[in-house]
Amino acid sequence: MNLQHEIDYGTPASVSDQLLTLHIDGKEIAVPQGASLMRAAAEAGVMVPKLCATDSLEPFGSCRLCLVEIEGRRGFPASCTTPAEQGMQVRTQSPQLAALRRGVMELYISDHPLDCLTCAANGNCELQTMAGVVGLREVRYGMTGANHFDANSAVPIDASNPYFSFDPAKCIVCNRCVRACEETQGTFALTISGRGFESRVAAGQSQLFMQSECVSCGACVAVCPTATLIEKTLIEQGQAEHSAITTCAYCGVGCALKAEMQGNEVVRMVPFKHGKANEGHACVKGRFAWGYATHPDRMLKPMIRAKNTDAWREVSWDEAVAYAAGEFRRIQAKYGRDAIGGITSSRCTNEEVYLVQKLVRAAFGNNNVDTCARVCHSPTGYGLKQTLGESAGTQDFKSVELAEVILLIGANPTDGHPVFASRMKKRLRHGARLIVIDPRKIELVKSPHIQADYHLKLRPGTNVAVITAMAHVIVSEGLLAEKFIAARCEQKSFADWREFVARPANSPEATEAETGVPAAELRAAARLYATGGNAAIYYGLGVTEHSQGSTMVMGIANLAMATGNLGRAGVGVNPLRGQNNVQGSCDMGSFPHEFPGYRHVSDSATRAQFEQHWGVPLLAEPGLRIPNMMEAALDGSFKGLYCQGEDIAQSDPNTQHVTAALQAMECIVVQDIFLNETAKYAHVFLPGATFLEKDGTFTNAERRISRVRKVMEPKAGMGEWEVTMALSNALGYPMHYANPAEIMVEIAALTPTFAGVNYEKIDRLGSVQWPCNAQAPDGTPVMHVDSFVRGKGKFIITQYVPTDEKVTPKYPLLLTTGRILSQYNVGAQTRRTANVEFYSEDLLEIHPHDAEERGIKQGDWVGIESRAGRTVLHADISERVQPGVVYTTFHFPESGSNVITTDNSDWATNCPEYKVTAVQLVRVTQPSAWQQNFKKFSRQQIELLLGDA
Amino acid sequence: MNVTIFVPRDSAALALGADQVGAAIRQEAARRRIEVSIVRNGSRGMFWLEPMVEVKTAQGRMAYGPVSTGDIASLFEANFLQGGEHPLSLGLTDEMPWLAKQQRLTFARVGITDPLSLDDYLAHEGYVGLRNALKLEPGQIVQQVADSGLRGRGGAAFPTGIKWKTVLAMQAVQKYIVCNADEGDSGTFSDRMLMEGDPFALIEGMTIAGLAVGSTQGYIYVRSEYPHAIVALNDAIATAYKKDYLGNNILGSGKAFCLQVTKGAGSYVCGEETALLESLEGKRGIVRAKPPLPALRGLFGQPTAINNVVTLATVPLILARGAAYYRDYGVGRSQGTLPFQLAGNIKQGGLVETAFGITLRALLYDFGGGTASGRPIRAVQVGGPLGAYLPAAQFDTVMDYEAFAAIGAGVGHGGMVVFDDSVDMAKQARYAMEFCALESCGKCTPCRIGSTRGVEVIDRLTAGEERDKQLHLLRDLCDTMSNGSLCAMGSMTPYPVLSALNYFPEDFELKSSR
Repeated sequence: MNLQHEIDYGTPASVSDQLLTLHIDGKEIAVPQGASLMRAAAEAGVMVPKLCATDSLEPFGSCRLCLVEIEGRRGFPASCTTPAEQGMQVRTQSPQLAALRRGVMELYISDHPLDCLTCAANGNCELQTMAGVVGLREVRYGMTGANHFDANSAVPIDASNPYFSFDPAKCIVCNRCVRACEETQGTFALTISGRGFESRVAAGQSQLFMQSECVSCGACVAVCPTATLIEKTLIEQGQAEHSAITTCAYCGVGCALKAEMQGNEVVRMVPFKHGKANEGHACVKGRFAWGYATHPDRMLKPMIRAKNTDAWREVSWDEAVAYAAGEFRRIQAKYGRDAIGGITSSRCTNEEVYLVQKLVRAAFGNNNVDTCARVCHSPTGYGLKQTLGESAGTQDFKSVELAEVILLIGANPTDGHPVFASRMKKRLRHGARLIVIDPRKIELVKSPHIQADYHLKLRPGTNVAVITAMAHVIVSEGLLAEKFIAARCEQKSFADWREFVARPANSPEATEAETGVPAAELRAAARLYATGGNAAIYYGLGVTEHSQGSTMVMGIANLAMATGNLGRAGVGVNPLRGQNNVQGSCDMGSFPHEFPGYRHVSDSATRAQFEQHWGVPLLAEPGLRIPNMMEAALDGSFKGLYCQGEDIAQSDPNTQHVTAALQAMECIVVQDIFLNETAKYAHVFLPGATFLEKDGTFTNAERRISRVRKVMEPKAGMGEWEVTMALSNALGYPMHYANPAEIMVEIAALTPTFAGVNYEKIDRLGSVQWPCNAQAPDGTPVMHVDSFVRGKGKFIITQYVPTDEKVTPKYPLLLTTGRILSQYNVGAQTRRTANVEFYSEDLLEIHPHDAEERGIKQGDWVGIESRAGRTVLHADISERVQPGVVYTTFHFPESGSNVITTDNSDWATNCPEYKVTAVQLVRVTQPSAWQQNFKKFSRQQIELLLGDA
Repeated sequence: MNVTIFVPRDSAALALGADQVGAAIRQEAARRRIEVSIVRNGSRGMFWLEPMVEVKTAQGRMAYGPVSTGDIASLFEANFLQGGEHPLSLGLTDEMPWLAKQQRLTFARVGITDPLSLDDYLAHEGYVGLRNALKLEPGQIVQQVADSGLRGRGGAAFPTGIKWKTVLAMQAVQKYIVCNADEGDSGTFSDRMLMEGDPFALIEGMTIAGLAVGSTQGYIYVRSEYPHAIVALNDAIATAYKKDYLGNNILGSGKAFCLQVTKGAGSYVCGEETALLESLEGKRGIVRAKPPLPALRGLFGQPTAINNVVTLATVPLILARGAAYYRDYGVGRSQGTLPFQLAGNIKQGGLVETAFGITLRALLYDFGGGTASGRPIRAVQVGGPLGAYLPAAQFDTVMDYEAFAAIGAGVGHGGMVVFDDSVDMAKQARYAMEFCALESCGKCTPCRIGSTRGVEVIDRLTAGEERDKQLHLLRDLCDTMSNGSLCAMGSMTPYPVLSALNYFPEDFELKSSR
């Protein structure tokens, strides 16, 4: 394995049907109209010297190294900013050009420290390379003139950011960082201050990076041609010697990353420019927050104990697996076949998830398998299957580039899906219109160069009333896409739906009092969605995590069908999936009622296929969902759980209910990289492997299957897939796969939408979007093109039913929950990185009005009480929330955010109603009783871990 | 009897006390119980005579100057209100040779009318051009301007008709007319004098430009150092809106043109058209790479005709009198007139509008009267701080874009700064680099770093350090800057440097050895 270097073509590719032919240094090359001379040259294999140009950014024309000569033209135009023209004869080399480039380089070096040998960029510095390319041999100006690097002149290094440093002394003012912050990331945190020789890169108002608006995405670091902006790990460790392309293990965007390695040590993670999900961009999590992989908290030894008050005992893999298998069989013998189950993880690979559900169905002999999608996007799977016929988003990310109207519902992409957010922001800056439906003023409502046309600030819990009212406007104002509906949808269901939404009770005026959305604004937004051209819906957990989550998903699909916004690029229904492999874990048959590929267990043809392949009889009855497992545990009928890579004790609602259920079980097997909250109730601990330690695949929110590649051996000796195999074998159901590729062969053989998927193809194409089969051998970027997967699209009536979780004088406020950029999910990974420097505790956002009423000031401890429980957080007084609504995140276990959330859930899928909890607030002086107990319990559990040592 | 007295409001006159003179006249008249009307006109452009007061008499306007407050009583005593003789008498203004020898086309009204009076403007051929233009198709207006031979007076001398034709041909929802009034060249003031002395001419020119290229919105980007021009423009624009010369229905034609003044923020490089557009968009004033030309993608990415003040203010005359009238002035491809500006060490500084073809010498001596110091003229810098220094041997060059290009110089915006024989040309060369270092936008490397290095190299050169090496290095640096820079700021800075070095090499010798 070598260190991979991607060709930098200097300027972005241009898209045009019209090809131009020109000659560069005598070589004929055809390029699309709009291509720069620099790009044309690079495609002809001629690399014109450059410093300010890079192919992720628009040309800038400042460095003046890329000057060329064009036959018949005066002067020396810059090849980066000069478009290719038909018949041009371009020379990239001549004595005049050589002298010019040397002259420019001599100026550069006259203001650059000559410390190449001790510089962190040594060996990977474009300035150094270009000095070599142009043949600079002398700096006749000397090094004693005005400069920015000597002791008297240099500005101190800004090391405030935990991951990269900024050394202005090395800056050549190419503006690549400033442009990347604008064009790639869209944050506009960087600028150039001063002019002329004193033009210097500045963060914010010449602040430290950490004090500026910088979001640490690393785009500036990625494009810096020198060591000015450079990863601290590179300074500490030196340049990498080999690399591998893998897929980020954080959110559902699924960025392709290049792991740059020295032996088994990661030196840095850089966004891979050919990754189709991210196109060379990344965020603070994927790019920098990978240090958890080697954190001292990593659990590396299998352990067992009889009770969770016992000390842990480190044992061999064989003993741990045998003990777990023995316990599971004992429980089944005593309490029945259905007394055990498994939970798969959306953070594990497709192959691993597939094996766990296979283990449950084939070795446990029941269908008690569920996954964390239960608590996030299960309504998406259900709702889109009902209406469109497939449980997945309809588009690829690239589709957003053709959207003219973006309708964003219950999603906060700049925090939750930052790399896709950057792509969306770029489209918005280029003119797409934006409608935001969210109770909270998320960043996209107003941020640099972006302003939503409409922000429908609804009351939490009233989504369905809002989406139905939008449909009412579209139907009653004659904005339906009649032709599309006639051709593509079920006429009966459409007629019923049309009659339903047209009812006066569903008008914006009638629902305004309930939703809090002014009718005129809602009408205007609906008109824009229906008539503004290509309209694309993007949504998140603000849609699904409600008592009517599934209804809302169907309401969204209805709206898209009614306006003809499906089946082509630029439109669609796009769930922004939360975790890296939540789409994949659902695809892989993680639900108790579905085999891989979303086929119901009661379908005898499908079942027969699996029975034949797996060689065991399978149950036709769906098994238990996670909440059912918890109920059954408290009933005494569910006693054993195999929990892979999930932490239900932190992530699931009504924590006290969950922990009571866990406490009631006899054998909990937790497989994780850390001793998570659930493991504190476990009897067997099986150390897991990070994404760096195994091969496999992840499937992102756009159904894109990408490779995860092993860059180091599993620190505990085995990847999860190997441990699941061992457990299955110990249970007497043999599993023998030599590698994850063989598991994928089985998945493809048994799953029609994956029939064409194999590692060789993914390696060749980079990634592939399912369905991938004989009809679509290279995958399917946009679904439902000529017809819906279910045939005709089905409209479903979306009757609004208010949630039971109502405000009362006792609980007068609504709590809603969300995410922050720097932390991920339960925080197990990000809390063990320097990301805590950005956000170190969950805060309670409260509107100044509500704070004032309760005498709460910024930073006060605030007691939050719901019908489920009570916890205490610090107050963050903010107008991002509306009066009557409070908001928090759940990244830190000690916050107990889920102590407050209730057992209410979606009627169809049991997805918890995380987004609506009635609460009261009161100023307090100390953490809650639960928090104090939690602290004590956690300390005890750590002691039980150390006790054995 | 109500006598009309003209006291200029031009900045040059104000700097020399015109406001105080005006007040003193008013006061003295009141004391003597004489009714006078004081008109604050533009300047006639004879700065050595400012404040130059004119009195309207039966014979014509009689001039007195330079007038100070101490002269007022004696002027009244001398019956200047009837054109009486006085030591400051200059005779009939129109017969003053300095003015009589000029061909004032663009500046025809400047100094004569009340700049803020629309009636005065209309009485002096104002808005005849616009009325004619309203009868023409856009393409016909563009053709008239093309046929007139008018070239960009900001300095680049690009044919205005071709620029307009390009903008006209573009399809766009919105096109813009932008007036570059960021007149920052040393020794230039024609834009300022015109904006202060005849703002309606610019407004009319821009309105015609809007009709010609299909634009309904114009901006005048005025440097912040021109507060009086900004006041005059805003006043005139308000009047024009009121009388339907601007707005959504120009003179009842149903055609729209709106106009707004924007103030610059003190950067020389914002006079470069693309940096100006960046600044106008609210961004840092840094130069854009061309292509695309502003005519294709200019302000806010839309097709934009960006022209200098004098260019635009000349358009009404062309539309009023026809292309041929204007084209008949001038020589070769330099047609029409140029308002030259004499500054620096010159006896008679001011504005001379005359047809192209006059020699530099005639401007310097016949109009300028030689140096103010009385010493011989040693060098003249023509065309602003980026223009070449010309020695006496080249004073017979005619003012013509091509003739100047042939001697490695440029006419530019028509400003000239005069130096006598006490000048140290090595210092001037150093200043050229220093000016570039001060004003460089900092985008491209040759200009950003090169200008600072240029100062250092000249310092070493004049200090006698490794002379040959520094000379060689300076010439190499000038090559890098002139061939490698992104805009004229960096690429033209070598003109003053190299002309000083080539024509006055003796000034670069070590001082002690001279």
